[in-house]
Amino acid sequence: MRPLLAALCIMLATAVAAVEPDEILDDPALEARAREISKDIRCVVCQNEPIDSSNAGVARDLRLLIRERLVAGDSDEEVVQYLVDRYGDYVLFNPPFKPTTYALWLAPFALLGIGALAAGVALRRRRTGASGAGAGALSTEDEARVAALMARYGPQDTDRKDD
Amino acid sequence: MQRILVALPILAVIVLGGFFLWGLNPDRDPNAIPSALLSKPAPRFDLGPIAGVDSPGLKTEDLMAAGEPVLVNVFASWCVPCRAEHKVLTRLARDEDFPLYGINYKDRPEDARKWLEDLGNPYDRIGADESGRAGIEWGISGVPETFLVDPSGTVVWRFVGPIATEQSQDELRAALKAARGEAGS
Repeated sequence: MRPLLAALCIMLATAVAAVEPDEILDDPALEARAREISKDIRCVVCQNEPIDSSNAGVARDLRLLIRERLVAGDSDEEVVQYLVDRYGDYVLFNPPFKPTTYALWLAPFALLGIGALAAGVALRRRRTGASGAGAGALSTEDEARVAALMARYGPQDTDRKDD
Repeated sequence: MQRILVALPILAVIVLGGFFLWGLNPDRDPNAIPSALLSKPAPRFDLGPIAGVDSPGLKTEDLMAAGEPVLVNVFASWCVPCRAEHKVLTRLARDEDFPLYGINYKDRPEDARKWLEDLGNPYDRIGADESGRAGIEWGISGVPETFLVDPSGTVVWRFVGPIATEQSQDELRAALKAARGEAGS
């Protein structure tokens, strides 16, 4: 049981991060920055995985490249820009806010606005309908029918008490 | 107001339907990565030749030196589709008469040499990219990948995967024609 558990732990550990020991930088601060950057970079082979947890060859190359740039003194932004220049915005899990992505970023709010507007209109219409003599009120025929039914089956006991 | 509200569901159906139609188009490849390189200058790189292979190495300047559009093909001996593509590229380079340059991606020199000896060497130049760094400069996601570079050094066409199907060959011919047309005018 214990070896099985250990094997499971090892498997889970590699699933979380694919960073291999030989890639890790000696400087923990730089390494932490490299890890942070890698988490937001999409692996171009396995597409829905960040390079931080991808075992693909290109992902490893990119991880090494990120570390190389950091050691060379690049800022986080410069490293990300370096990758974007080569692979486009596609490598970013967090797409930037710019004219081509306005629809992407603003559509949810636009839809929420349309929904709120529709709900507001519907609620207001219902309220005005109930208070006015419009849809909420009964027609004369219905009134007569209700009166007839009440006379026949209505609660006569309570009537007497109330009177 | 009422009329607008009545039209809303129809509008929603049209928008959603259009989206689904686009999404279900069999010609659309959801894995296709838009290339950041298209219409941009070819990246800077400088690769030596493969040890033991006659073809000289490849660097950025060589792409412009030909004075005509050149095809840059990223290949490797360990890449199975490259084998299928090799025959097609050899024929196309001869029939369409364009300089064919190769980038030997993450390969062992002896493997690459054997591969070229077995299948023939259609490349005018081959750069050995053992580290895969030049591959990153070109923004490749795998092998094979192929780029057409015009004489000004601008990447005008990119193809991911093997150029083996009739469709991909036509695409290449069209891109080549367009690149030559621009160069002539």
